[in-house]
Amino acid sequence: MKRTTLDLWVGLFAALGCAALLFLALRAANLTTSVANEPYTLYAEFDNIGGLKVKAPVKMAGVVVGRVAGIELDRKSFRARATLVVDKSYTFSRDVSAEILTSGLLGEQYIGLMQGGDPDDLAENDTIKLTSSAMVLEQLIGKFMLNAAEKPSAPPAAE
Amino acid sequence: MLNLLRGMGHSLVDAVWKLGFICRFMGVLLAQSGQSLLRFRLVVREIYFAGVMSLVIIVVSGLFVGMVLGLQGYTTLARFGSADALGALVALSLLRELGPVLAALLFASRSGSAITAEIGLMKTTEQLDAMAVMAVNPIARVVAPRFWAGVLSMPILAAIFNVTGIFGGYFVGVSMIGLDEGTFWSQMQNAVDFHEDVLNGMIKSAVFGFAVSLIAVFEGFDARPTAEGVSSATTRTVVTSALVILALDFVLTAFMF
Amino acid sequence: MATILASDSFIQFDDVHFRYGNRPILDGVSLSIPQGKLVAIMGGSGSGKTTLLRLIAGQLHADRGRVTVAGQDVQQLNTAGLYALRRRMGMLFQFGALFTDLSVFDNVAFPLREHTQLSPSMLQDLVRMKLQAVGLRGAASLMPAELSGGMARRVALARAIALDPALMLYDEPFTGLDPISLGTIALLIKQLNQALGTTAVMVTHDVHVSLSVVDYVYFVAQGKVVAQGTPDEVRTSTDPFVRQFIDGAPDGPVRLHYPAADFAADLGLQGIQHA
Repeated sequence: MKRTTLDLWVGLFAALGCAALLFLALRAANLTTSVANEPYTLYAEFDNIGGLKVKAPVKMAGVVVGRVAGIELDRKSFRARATLVVDKSYTFSRDVSAEILTSGLLGEQYIGLMQGGDPDDLAENDTIKLTSSAMVLEQLIGKFMLNAAEKPSAPPAAE
Repeated sequence: MLNLLRGMGHSLVDAVWKLGFICRFMGVLLAQSGQSLLRFRLVVREIYFAGVMSLVIIVVSGLFVGMVLGLQGYTTLARFGSADALGALVALSLLRELGPVLAALLFASRSGSAITAEIGLMKTTEQLDAMAVMAVNPIARVVAPRFWAGVLSMPILAAIFNVTGIFGGYFVGVSMIGLDEGTFWSQMQNAVDFHEDVLNGMIKSAVFGFAVSLIAVFEGFDARPTAEGVSSATTRTVVTSALVILALDFVLTAFMF
Repeated sequence: MATILASDSFIQFDDVHFRYGNRPILDGVSLSIPQGKLVAIMGGSGSGKTTLLRLIAGQLHADRGRVTVAGQDVQQLNTAGLYALRRRMGMLFQFGALFTDLSVFDNVAFPLREHTQLSPSMLQDLVRMKLQAVGLRGAASLMPAELSGGMARRVALARAIALDPALMLYDEPFTGLDPISLGTIALLIKQLNQALGTTAVMVTHDVHVSLSVVDYVYFVAQGKVVAQGTPDEVRTSTDPFVRQFIDGAPDGPVRLHYPAADFAADLGLQGIQHA
C-alpha cells in the first residue's frame, strides 16, 4: 500500500462533504441552539391556539427560551394543551402568563411568556394557568363587522 | 392496428423482462460487494473519477441555481413585503428539492454516462470476458467498485451543491440586493430543521445515488458489444436516470414531508 | 486417419449441441485433446470454433452433451469450481483484450495480484520474466493504447501465461497481424507449448501458419467435426473439404454464396437484355 495523489483528492472530496454537512447543520439549520442542552417540560392550556405549530419558539421578552414540543387536545376540558420544552437555566414564577403572538401581521406564531410576581418557581411538568389565546383574524374581523353593523342600527333602536 | 398492439405487447414484455434482469443483477452485485468493499482502494479510485471529477460542474451549477433562486425569490417575496424570508426560501428549496434532484441529474449525465460507456467499452473489447476467464469476477472487480463509488459520492455532491447554492443566494440577496445579512441567516436558521430538511435531503440523494449508479453499471454491463450498442446504452442511462430520479423524488417527497 | 487415444485426453467433447436462439451452432461435436499437445480447431468464419473455446472456459453452456476438462464436467461445476478450473487456464483473446486503464506491467501483474499474495519485489521479477518471454520487457511502462496490434497480442500472451496455466486457449491468434508479428506469435506459441508442456487449443482459420506449429488438427464445419489429422496427414489429404480449405478454393463443399434465390430473379432482371 502506497499513498497516491488520488488518495489526496478523494480525501479532500470526503472532507469537503463533511464540511458541507457541518455547514448545513450549524449555519443553515442552527442545530446548536434548537436543542436546549438541559431541557425541562412545562404545559400550557389555551382556549384556542390559532395557527401555532410544533417547533414554534417560546420567547420571553423577545428572547427564545425554548420550543413547542407538542400540541394536543385535552379530552376533558376541550382546550388545547401545548407542551413546552424550556432550557433549564431559565426559571419562571408560578404566575407566569403565556400568550400566543404573531411575529408581524402574517408571520409565524409563537408563545410569549410574561414573568409574574410569585416568589415560587414552576417545577417540571407544571402547567401555566394564565394564558390568553391566539388572535384569530376571522374572529377579529367578525367582531369588527358586528360593531360596524351595530353602530348605524343603534340610533333607530334608541328612537 | 394489430401490429401496433403487438409492438406494445412486445415492448411491455421486454420491459418486465429487463426489470427482472435488473433485480437479479442487483442481487448478484450486492452479493459480490463485500469483496470489493474490503479492497476499498478500488472504490477510492472510482470515487475519484465519479465524485471528484464532478466537483466543478456541481459547484458551478450550484452557485448559479442559488443565484437564480435569490433573484426570482426576491422579486416574488418583495411583492408580499417579506423579502426578509429570502434566506429561508433559498435554503428550503435547495435542501428539500433542488439540491438532491439537480445534483443527481448532473451526476447521471456527467458520471453515470461515463460509467456506462466505460463498462460497455470493456465488454465490447472483451476485457470483461478476459477477466472472467482469469477467474476474476467482473461484477466484483469492475462493476461493484463503480457502483459503491457512485452511492458514496452522491450525498457528498448534493451537500456541496446545497452549500454553494446557499452562497449563491446569499451573494444575490445580501451582496447585490442589499438585504440584511443577519436577517438572511436567522430567517434561514428559523425555517430549516436539521432532521426534517437537511437529513431528509441527504437520504433523498443517497437513494438517487443508489438508483443512478445501479442504472449506469447495469446499462454498461447489458450493452450490446458494438460501438452503436455502447452509445445507445449511454443515452439510456441518462434518460432512464432522469425519469427515475424525478419519479423517486415524488414518492420520497410524499413519504417524507 | 489416426485418431488420438481418448484415455490421455485433457479435454473431451461428447456429442455437444449448442444453439444461439434458433440458430444451431454446434450439432453433435465430439473430439478430444490430449495432454501436452498443441491442437488447432479450424473452420470458416461462423463455423462455431470460438463457441468451442467458450464451452471449454465455461463461459457458455451446451444444450446437450458433455464437455470435460481435466477430468471435470464443466457444465456441472458451480461458480467456485469453475473459477478454480479457470485459474489453471490462460486465454488469448482475438484482439488481446488488454485492460485499457492499466499499463503493460499492471496488465501482466493483474492475475498475479488477484490470485496470489506475492511480495512486490517478487511480483516485479515474475512480471519481468513473463514480459521477457514475449520480448517486451522494455515496454513495461507503456499503456495499451501505445502498442501496435502485434505487441498488444504479445502482452496479452504474457498476461495469459502469468499463472503458468496447464491449459492455453488461443482465439484466432493470427488475425490482423503483419507477417513478422504473425511469425513471432506462432513461434512463441510453439515454444510455450514445448517448454512448459502446456496443453493448448488454438482456434484459427489461418491454415499454413498453424500447420507449421500444431500437433493435430480438427476441421469444423456446419457444427460438426468434418475432418481431423496430424499436419502431415492434412497436407496430403484428399478429403474435398480439407483440400478446399488448404488450397483456398472459392467453391467446394463450402459454398461461397449464402443460400439465396436466383440472382437474376432477385434483381428483377429476367427478360431484360443488356444494351
